[in-house]
This record gives sequence, C-alpha cells and structure tokens, in this order.
Amino acid sequence: MALDRDTVRNIATLARIRVEDNELDALAGELSNILTFVEQLNEVDTKGVEPMTSVVAMQLPRRPDEVTDGNIQNKILANAPEGTRGFFAVPKVVE
Amino acid sequence: MSTLTELSLADARDGLRAKKFSARELAEAHIAAVTRIKPLNAFITETPDAALEGAAEADRRLAKGEARAMEGLPIAIKDLFCTEGVLTTAGSHILDGFKPPYESTVTANLWKAGAVMLGKTNMDEFAMGSSNMTSYHGPVESPWRRRGDNRPLVPGGSSGGSAAAVAARAALGATGTDTGGSIRQPAAFSGIVGMKPTYGRCSRWGIVAFASSLDQAGPMTRTVRDAAIMLGAMAGHDPKDSTSVDRPVPDYEKALTGNVRGLKIGIPKEYRVDGMNPEIDRLWEQGIAWLKAAGVETVAISLPHTKYALPAYYIVAPAEASSNLARYDGVRYGLRVPGGTLDEMYEKTRAAGFGKEVRRRVMIGTYVLSAGYYDAYYNKARQIRTLIARDFAEAYRKCDVILTPTSPNTAFAVGEKMDDPIAMYLNDVFTVPGNLAGLPGISVPAGLGGDGLPLGLQVLGRAFDEETVLRVAEVLERAADFKHKP
Repeated sequence: MALDRDTVRNIATLARIRVEDNELDALAGELSNILTFVEQLNEVDTKGVEPMTSVVAMQLPRRPDEVTDGNIQNKILANAPEGTRGFFAVPKVVE
Repeated sequence: MSTLTELSLADARDGLRAKKFSARELAEAHIAAVTRIKPLNAFITETPDAALEGAAEADRRLAKGEARAMEGLPIAIKDLFCTEGVLTTAGSHILDGFKPPYESTVTANLWKAGAVMLGKTNMDEFAMGSSNMTSYHGPVESPWRRRGDNRPLVPGGSSGGSAAAVAARAALGATGTDTGGSIRQPAAFSGIVGMKPTYGRCSRWGIVAFASSLDQAGPMTRTVRDAAIMLGAMAGHDPKDSTSVDRPVPDYEKALTGNVRGLKIGIPKEYRVDGMNPEIDRLWEQGIAWLKAAGVETVAISLPHTKYALPAYYIVAPAEASSNLARYDGVRYGLRVPGGTLDEMYEKTRAAGFGKEVRRRVMIGTYVLSAGYYDAYYNKARQIRTLIARDFAEAYRKCDVILTPTSPNTAFAVGEKMDDPIAMYLNDVFTVPGNLAGLPGISVPAGLGGDGLPLGLQVLGRAFDEETVLRVAEVLERAADFKHKP
C-alpha cells in the first residue's frame, strides 16, 4: 500500500501529531515501506482462524465492584504541567 | 573494592551472608562503577543515595540474620519502570520531569526482596528500537569494541542501558522489558544473560505500556543462576494487572540441577534464515553439540509461520502502542507545548515530545486500526498470531525446549541501520515469535564472533516452564564457559 500525502496528513490528525507539510513526502515513503512489509501476511490463508485475543489461556479475573482507592487528588495532579484549584488546566474549549 | 563488582549476583549474596563484606561496601563499589561508566550513557538517573539507604537497611537485616532473597544486592532499573518519586522517562522527551507517585509492582517486589537501586537505565524511546539509538537522552555505547576497531557500538535495545550497565560490571543485575526481543537481543549483543519470562509471569502494573499484549519484564544478569534468583524476586501474581497469572512462583534456583539428560531439544528449520552470518550458524551447531554431550536428544521441528512473525508484530505492536501512547497529551504529566486550542496543544506537544521512530509507529498503529483497515491489518495479524502459537504448541508435543540463535548478527556501530527501519526490525527475527506466543525465552552468551563481539543462543520453553528453560540455559552456559569481558 502506497500512502499519499493526504492520507498521511489524515493519519497525523487522527494521531494528534503535528506533521509539517515538508515532512509529508518522506513520511509517506517510510510508512508505505512498512505497510508493504507487513502485507506479506496476505500470502497466508487465514480463513476460519480465530484472531488471538489472549496469549495465555485464562479467564479474566473479576472482583467486587467497589471503590478501592481515592482521595489522592494531590498525587494525581502532582505531575500536571498546568493545574489549578484541584483541576487539570487546558486551553479554553467552550467559547 | 573493585573486585566486588566482578562478583556474580549469587556470589555477592553469599558473600554478604558470610559477612565477607558489607552491603555498604558492595553498594559503594557499584556506585563508583556507575560513575566510572558515565561515558557509556547507560543511566538516565543515578540514585546513589537510595543505594546507600538500601544498603544500610540490608546491613541491619544481615546482622540480625534476617536477609531476604536479594538483600543488599545493587541493581539497575530500566527507565520504563515507574519508581516512586524518581524520574521515569521511558527514554522520551514527552515524559520530561515525570516523577511517578507510585511504584511498579516488579520494582516493589525487588525492594521487598531487599535489592538496592543504583539508578534508572537508558533505553530506546518507549522501548521502540533494537539499538538504544532512539532515546531522547542520547544513545548508549556498548562497553564492547570490535577487534582492532575503536568505533563505538550499540548495546542493542531496547533495554540497552541495562545491558551495558551489567556487562560493564556497574550493576549485579538489571531489569529489562521485552516486547519483541528487548531483553534478549541486548543481552546477546552485550555478552550477558537476559530472560523474558512467560507473558503473565511478572506484573505489568507500573511499567510504561508499549504493546500490552506482548510486554513482559525480566532479569538481565551475568549468569543464569543470577537470572533465576532475580526472576524469583520479580515474578508473582498481582491483582492490579488482570493479565498477571495466579500461579505459585517456583524456586527457580532449585531448577538448576545441571541434569538435562533425556530432555528433547527442538531445532526449528525455519530459523536458518537467508543472509544469516555463518558464524551464528556455526555457534548454533556448537550449542546443539554441547547439549547432546550433556545427554539431550535433538528433534527437528518446524515452525512454519516463523517468516510471518515480524510482519504480524509490526501490526500488533504499533496498533497497541498507538492506543497506549494516546495518554501523552500534555495535560496530566510530562511535556506540554502551548497551543491556541486543545487540539493544537495536543498536536504540538506530541510532535515535540515523540521521536521519529515513536511517531512512525504511532502513525502505523493509527492507520491499521482506522475504519476500513482494521480487518485487513489488525485482525489479520491476530489470526497470524494464533497460527504462530499453534506452531509452537505443535512443536512442544515433540520437544521440551527449543534452541535457536538470539540474533542474526552481532552488535553494529552507533549510527548504523538508522536509515532503514525494516533492516533494524530484522534484529528481532528470532525473538519476536516468542513474544507473539507469550512463551518464556532466555539468551545465554555462547561465544565470540570473528569481530570479537559476543553471540548469544536462545532457549525457548513452554508457557510457565521457566524452570526447564533455566536448567537447559545453565547447562549451555557451563559448556560455553564464556569468560570474555568487554
């Protein structure tokens, strides 16, 4: 699969990574090479093969639906680049 | 006391208990060694104070005869493990300044066993790489040099700082993580032992996530016995990781009986890949001969989907990475680049914070998971994973463990292979299948190539049969008698 500039720009938007226009061609080439490499998988007939969901055969454990922690607001905010009055601060979202 | 840094982890443990030296002396010798190897750039953060504090506690316990399994043993921690109050970067710019308010389960287990922290080791950014050249904190240099050539070499990756620190005698052992070979390949490049246990054996809680269905922590040490001791301390069920398995942790050291008579060792024909260094093929033959001499039986096996392991990996791992790395948004921790809108802030932060390889993988992952492509790529790769796991299950009906080379080449120079991502990916051709199938594997240093650099052999085992893997690895280690030092 050869990706074009527009597709790469769209992937970058979906991934929320700013990519400058002058990087698009090189990136399209790199990503296309990787996709060509992984497309070898099309040689394999996988009809009826169950996709792996868990590498170790086990039942997902369950526990009672109870609060097990909390009251650690300071710890949670300690690493925030910007925090204010007990909240994470972000650029204005609502006009 | 530089001789203290030459001890194996097991001998240091025994020496402490026999009161031949104190934990403080052992810690001081290693702190000095960490300083001495600064030019290798193996550590991102050094924690000498933590080491001395731990040593003081260890000396108190040793005096009272209350030594725990790893009492007073100085080790290094890959910077992917969250350590409470100690900078944890995952080798990335985007985690600038991040000091976790909690401790990963694996490191907590190690401290509970009495181990002492020397510092946090350098690594490929978010564990994505096989060279340690993608770290925001600069490449790590291997302590090894090619014969007659002084150019700096890579230690392998992604656990490159851990490998270099252990090989250079600056730590008795180190933690690593292995998503596609990130413990075993750097161990092979650096002439040390590296073990990836079965998926689920060690808790992933508090380890910065790369590809959650593949990531597994393990020990990097200079001997197989040391790996057995350290794995015993790291492993165990953890309710905080729903994929951690509730099984008793055996005494791995007891598994090292030296007796492999009657075991069946599988030799997969598909691991003779085109363009493989003939020395590596010879070493593999040598390994087979060593094990035969020890009384094993060899069995020719086939793992027909081996060729598809790497392409499947380069769908599954980036897909999981793209969703795991979505959390780096400039809001909760790490780097933030201001923007006029929320999206602009996200985009600028992630553009500045991620290196090229991480960006590449996040974008591939985003693409293969996007609407319309999910089945063609991600589901296809998961089906291939099922087939690869089936290949192994079939093989283990005929054999107990599998012997392969660890890597198709020896260490390369810093700066090489950076222009072709796929050439770099090929480093992991022998290790990736074990991750896709969740199986335990170990790399043991087995000899030197013509260039004077270490080569490793890999032993793969059945799920949760680390004991047989370790037992065979130790027999291999004795036969190889690898005494070379960087």
